[in-house]
This record gives sequence, structure tokens and C-alpha cells, in this order.
Amino acid sequence: MSSATLARSSNESAWALPSRGRVGMFSLIAAESAVFTIFVVAHIYYIGKSLSGPTPKDLLELPIFSTVCLLSSSLTIHLAVRALRKAKVGVFGLWWFLTMALGAIFLVATGREWQHLIYEKGFTISTNLFGTTYYSLVGLHAFHVTVGLLAIALAMIFTLLGKVKPEHSERLDVFSLYWHFVDVVWVIVFTVVYVIGR
Amino acid sequence: MASDTIALGIADPDARPIGERLHDWVVTVDHKKLGILYILYSLFMLVIGGVEATIMRIQLIVPHNHFVSPQVFNRMFTMHGTTMIFFVAMPILFGFGTYLIPLMIGTRDMAFPRLNAFSFWMTAFGGLLLYFSFIGGNGLYGAGNAPDVGWFAYAPLTSRAFSPGHSTDFWTLALLVSGIGSIGTAVNFITTILCMRCPGMTLGKMPLLAWLNLVTGGLVILAVSPLTAAQIMLSIDRYLGGHFFDTQAGGAAVLWMHFFWIFGHPEVYVLIIPCFAFASEIIPVFSRKPIFGYPVMVGATVAIGFISMSVWAHHMFTVGMSSYGNAFFTATTMVIAVPTGIKIFNWIGTMWGGKIQFRAPMLFCIAFLFQFLIAGLTGIMLGASPFNWQLSNSYFVVAHFHYVIVGGILFTVFGAFYYWFPKMSGRMYNDALAKWHFWLFLIGFHLTFDFMHIPGMLGMPRRIYTYEPGRGWDIWNLIITIGVFFQIAGVLVFVGNLLWSLLKGEPAGNDPWDAWTLEWSTTSPPPDYNFAKIPVVESRRPLWDIKHPEDPDWKYE
Ligand code: HEM
Ligand SMILES: [Cu+2]
Repeated sequence: MSSATLARSSNESAWALPSRGRVGMFSLIAAESAVFTIFVVAHIYYIGKSLSGPTPKDLLELPIFSTVCLLSSSLTIHLAVRALRKAKVGVFGLWWFLTMALGAIFLVATGREWQHLIYEKGFTISTNLFGTTYYSLVGLHAFHVTVGLLAIALAMIFTLLGKVKPEHSERLDVFSLYWHFVDVVWVIVFTVVYVIGR
Repeated sequence: MASDTIALGIADPDARPIGERLHDWVVTVDHKKLGILYILYSLFMLVIGGVEATIMRIQLIVPHNHFVSPQVFNRMFTMHGTTMIFFVAMPILFGFGTYLIPLMIGTRDMAFPRLNAFSFWMTAFGGLLLYFSFIGGNGLYGAGNAPDVGWFAYAPLTSRAFSPGHSTDFWTLALLVSGIGSIGTAVNFITTILCMRCPGMTLGKMPLLAWLNLVTGGLVILAVSPLTAAQIMLSIDRYLGGHFFDTQAGGAAVLWMHFFWIFGHPEVYVLIIPCFAFASEIIPVFSRKPIFGYPVMVGATVAIGFISMSVWAHHMFTVGMSSYGNAFFTATTMVIAVPTGIKIFNWIGTMWGGKIQFRAPMLFCIAFLFQFLIAGLTGIMLGASPFNWQLSNSYFVVAHFHYVIVGGILFTVFGAFYYWFPKMSGRMYNDALAKWHFWLFLIGFHLTFDFMHIPGMLGMPRRIYTYEPGRGWDIWNLIITIGVFFQIAGVLVFVGNLLWSLLKGEPAGNDPWDAWTLEWSTTSPPPDYNFAKIPVVESRRPLWDIKHPEDPDWKYE
């Protein structure tokens, strides 16, 4: 007796369950959201509480260009996956490469901002409370962009090797959820750090 | 590790070299092996945590004792609390979940088997890091080894100034690492339960164990992630000179408290809900009745999940919150008792009029019902903020939460152990020894934790390494420590029973309890693939339907 089959009806054909990839990714996104929430709360709670300068107003400029780049990469990754689903691997590769480039531009921009702050302004994570919350929140987000970029680069390599097939569109679709999440988080970080915090 | 191979020796008659078989366990991605690894790991840690507790209790047996120094005492309560919560309770419950969920929902493995292995090894590595502090914690400073900041590690005690050396670093890294493992497990539980159920098993036909673990998974995601975030902040403070919890630079120590308890309270439900799940599987089988009020059980559990996110500051009444804060958190704490009470009534309703069989798993579950009720009542008392101002940080609190953690969680875990041991090992346990275990442990538990309420009410603070004679605490502390030895005796009987039964127990057969859920339809222990043919179910009790074709459940559900 190794199975518990019943004879009453066989509705096996109608049996459909949600996709594992999507459910798993949404759970992960929920966990990541909780992590970011704590960092955002800490940042907001500490606005204006630093006991010494410099203040956000002295240091930060709105990173408009890199923000536009990152947000548009959400569109390009969407178009890439759509192309792959329609079996247009070449078009996919093009959009995918654009996504990677836009993400990389964002990271470089963050890097330059940090370089400016650290080497020219002498402002580090231990300078004051603002430095602590600023570098850790922006850094946590940049870390997530980096992880996403590594994954995108990996898929890019496979694309160049000709290994990416239309049947992989489901997986890349699941990955794109992560990328959209990273973008949404940036909207929040941008608002909190560069708009409200300033 | 030795008992792994014993278990395998029974499970797997082909005699391959022992090294090869051990290697199988290290590289396995099979949910049954990982489940057993989790359980063995936690049992090992339970012994270590128990030794630490015993050291504390020996120190407190009489006033002015000199068994250990104050420094060692601080390390003992920190390591004991951290070990028991993060490396005993969580992993043992994850272990049962990992083992049982795929079997009970009729599938062959978890949704992400490799993630499953990753999560287990992260948890194991976290425990290793914590205990490595005994060797590596000194750092260059000659400053104490193991962590001594308490299991909730309040700021600013954790800052470099007050905790030099590396011991606190080991504490925070251990929790960071094992937290990542826990989140992986939670993702796996949720995905498995939502996406891998066998045909016919709609959400309303899932065993309650699956439902409750689904809620637990959600709570782990919402609770452990904030802890992970807080540990990252603490690491930034300690390693990079950040100021999150540095009051000298405008940081707030109270923020750490909030972050910790936003994790801490939901965490207690992460621990108890899987135990509710065990009770909800065991009580019906030994009452020979289906669970009373299935939909209400599900609803109450989901309600507990939500409300538990809003009560955390009842751990912080003495910090001095606004009167609105006090009122709010008192009210939510009262509210959460309602769904919890509903569940107790449902279990009693299940037993009501049933043909109760007092087998070892059932005994543990009945004790759980009584003890959990009392623990919930002291919880409500502590939830009333004026009462709390009197008794917070006293032995009354220690008695409250041990009543839940030992009297509720550990008792049901023992029950679950006896209930599923035949499935996992293929052998029956020794019934007489199990009863000895039960009675010894019951007596020990009540000696220790009933009487612990009294010195608490007489004003004995927790975490003191010794006390003055003549305050009326002496006799109670003596009784408390005597109870510990009964508990130790009970656990020794348990371990003895475990080893004896693995080698000499009667073969269990597929279904020793005449039970109703899918794990009992396959062999004991189950084959690697669990089910030769994926089952199809039509009710909450598929095996009942098979055994009683004339009167199947699906006619009534
Ligand atoms: C479900 C299982 C439960 C577990 C595992 C549990 C565990 C704990 C733990 C570990 C603590 C002490 C934390 C510390 O200070 O180190 C605690 C304190 C507390 N618990 Fe529970 N508890 C449970 C249920 C409840 C319930 C049902 C209530 C109330 C309805 C409750 C109310 C409280 C209160 C108010 C405190 C704070 C006492 C103080 O520190 O002053 N608990 N509990
Ligand atoms: Cu609580």
C-alpha cells in the first residue's frame, strides 16, 4: 500500500498549482522587504539626530541620471523576457545587454558618489549618525544591485554561448521579479534619503 | 553523528563502507535525511544548553554559593538562552517540518531541495560559530571568551566599549548566519506547501500540520528578517565604527530593543505554532476522532500570526513608554489570548467523547494542554502593564516563559518524537521507558517551574549570580534545582530509549497508530522517493477513506 489512490473520480487533469519559482521569489521578496523596512525605519528615525555635522544638505545631490537608468532597466528586462517568450533570442540578447549596462551605470554612479564623499569630503560611515544610516541603507541597496547584476551577467554569458532557449523564459521571468523589487526599493531609498532626509 | 549511521543501518540494508554512507549524509538533499540531521543536531545542542542551565542552577542552589564566578554565570545564561532558542527549538521544529511536510502533502521532496540542504548547513554553521567563541572569543584583549550580553543583547552593552574582544562578534555573526538559514527554510516551507500538494489536496483538505507550518513560514519571514537587519547594524557598529546604537553619538539604545522584540515576540509564535501542529495531529489520532473545528483552527492560527506582529513592546513596559503605548500593547496582548484560547477549546472538543488512548505521545500532549494554559495565563498577567512594572525582570518572567518553552514546546516535541519515531526509524520505541521519561520529566518540570513563580513574586531578579540568605528565596531555589535533576533523569531515559529502540525496537510497520494522514501510507522508514505512485486524496483523512470505503470522509466535508 504505497499510494492512497481513491477510485471515486480522477480529477488529476484539472490539478494545477502555482509556480514554484514565483512563490519562492515572492517569499524571498517579502523577507527582503522586511530587512529594508528596518533599515528605512532606522534612517527616518535618525533624521536630524546627528550630534555633529555634516548634514545631508551639505553633502547630497539628487542622483537623477542614475535613477532614470535603474528604473528604465525594469522596462528593458521586461521587454527582454517578452522577446524570449516569443522565441526571439537575438532581440532578447539586445534588451538583456541593455539591462546589464543600465544596472552597471547605476552602480558606477553610486561608486562615484561615494568616492566623492569619502575622498573629497572626508565623510565616512563613522563620521556621524547620518553617515552610518546613509552608507548602510544605500550600501544595502547597492549590494542587492550587485547581486542582481552578477546574475544578469551570468545569463548574458549563457546567451552569448547560445545556451539560452525560449523555455528558459519562465526562469528569467522569475528573476526579473527580483530586479523589479530592487528598483522599487530604490524609489523608496531615493525618497527617504535624498528627498525627505535632505 | 554515530546515531546517523545506526539509523541508516536499519533503513538501508546494503552494507556499503561507513565512510561512504556518512558522505551520503553530508551531501544529501533528501528532505528526510535533512530532517533527521536537523533533529539530531538540535538534540545535541539541547544537551549542551541543558548543561549550561544545570551549571546556573547549581550555582543558585544555596545563597552565597561559589560554584562559578559571576563572569561565567553571565556567559552561561547568554549561551543557554541563545542556544535553546536558535539552535534547539527552531532547528528541531524545522527538522520535523522538513521531514513531515512532503510526506503529509503527498510529494517526493521539498520545493527546493538544495536550498533545504543550504539552510540546514547554515544553521549548523551558526551554532559552530557561537561555540567557537569559547576558543576564539578572547581576541587580543584578554577579555572574556563566550558572549555574556544576555540573549537579547541590549545596547549599549554590546558596543566595543563594554564588550571588548570578539565574543559579541561571534554572537551576532552566529545569529546572522543561522537567520539566513531560517529564512531559506521558511521560503522552502511556503513554496512546498503551496506548490507541491498531491492531486485533490486543496488548501481546505491539507493536514493541519501543513497549514500551521505555512503560517510559521510566513512568521519566520516577517520576524527573522528584522533580526537579521538588526544584526547587520550591530556588526556595522562593531566593525566599521557605526553609530546605530551608540548613545554617545545620538544613536538610540531603545531602537535596538524595538528591533529585537519585533523579532522576539513573533519568534515565540514561530516556536509554538509548529507545536500546535503536533498537538493537532496527535490528539485526534489518540482520541479516535477527527479534529474538532478544522476551519476555526486554521482561522485562529492565521489570526495569531497577524496579531503576534503587534504585541512586541509588552517586553518593554519598564523602559518607560507613553501611556498610549502601554495601553496599546496591553490591549493587543490581551487580544492574542483569544485565538489561543479558541485552539485550546478545540483540542478539548476533539478529546470530548473520544476513545482516548493514553499512549506516550498523547500523554505529552495532554500535559501540554494544561501547562500551556497556565503559561498563557501568566502571560496575560505580565501583559497588564501595571502588573508588569512589578514583576518584569524577575524570576516570575523566567517561570512564565519556561512554562511555555518547556511545558508547551518541549513537551509537544517529545510527543511528536514518540509519535513519528516509528515512521522515521521503522521501529517502535519502548513504551515503559517512554512512560518513565514522561513522569520523571513531568515531576521535574513542575518542581522547577511551578515553584519558580514564587521567588519571582518575592522580588528575586533574574540573571543574578547569587543572593543573600534570609529573604525567603532559599527554599524555593533549592526545590527548583532539585527539579532539574528529575528533568535530567527524564532526558537520560529518553536518550536511552532512543538508542535502545533504534537497535532493538520491534518493527513498526507502516501504520502503527491506525492514523489517517499520508505519511502512514508508505513504508517505515519511507523510501527515497516517498511514494511509488503520487497519492490522490479526497478528504482531510485520506487513510480513513481507504480503510472505511463504506463511510468515507468526503461525504461530509
Ligand atoms: C506562545 C508561546 C510563548 C512563548 C514561547 C513566550 C516566551 C516568552 C519569553 C521568552 C519571554 C521573556 C523574554 C525575556 O525577557 O527574555 C516572555 C515574556 C513575556 N510574555 Fe511570553 N511567551 C509565550 C506566550 C505568551 C502569551 C500568550 C502572552 C500573553 C497573552 C505572553 C506575554 C508575555 C509578556 C507580557 C512578557 C513580558 C514580561 C516581561 O519581560 O516583563 N507570552 N515570553
Ligand atoms: Cu512577547
